[in-house]
Amino acid sequence: MHSHFVLLVTFAFFVSLVFALLGRDSPREQVRFGGLLMAGFLAAGIVLGWLMYGFPL
Amino acid sequence: MKNVIHYAVVPAPAEQTPPSSLVLLCLASWAIPGAGHLWLGRKVKGLILLVALPLMFAIGLAVQGRLFPFELSWADPLVCLAAFADVGIGVVYFAASALGYGAGEVRAVTYEYGNAFLIVAGLLNLLVVIDAYDTAVGRK
Repeated sequence: MHSHFVLLVTFAFFVSLVFALLGRDSPREQVRFGGLLMAGFLAAGIVLGWLMYGFPL
Repeated sequence: MKNVIHYAVVPAPAEQTPPSSLVLLCLASWAIPGAGHLWLGRKVKGLILLVALPLMFAIGLAVQGRLFPFELSWADPLVCLAAFADVGIGVVYFAASALGYGAGEVRAVTYEYGNAFLIVAGLLNLLVVIDAYDTAVGRK
């Protein structure tokens, strides 16, 4: 588990899962909301990572 | 003569939950993630939370995250807040501490990820406690 990307996906999965369970009531809405959240997390992570690529450590 | 319809406001059964039960419910929900929802009969939601949150916490420990100590210092004030967030997961935190997990390896590549998993798992469990409370009092 040393891949940052795998950890990013795992983290996004768990957070989206809990938010979807708490934020929506019907299973259909939960799946939709959770999927959207996870996609948002991943997209934001990749975009921010790409933007920060130019910064030195 | 006009017909007047009177409506009586009758509290839902959930709103009649005694305060002592609410305290117990919140304590159970904090100590064991998902226990509050299981108590309220939301079995699927409770079981998913019961598996997901401790698993997230365990992943945090596995990737060298640190369980932060309760120490107040002006040099590093966020450490104490992180400790409170870690405790949010309940019994799992105390079990992990007792078994010697959570020392944290600051040189590990995944150290910060581990901390994020541990802290966020605790904070999510606190949200779960609030959700269980809202469900019990009939707000959801």
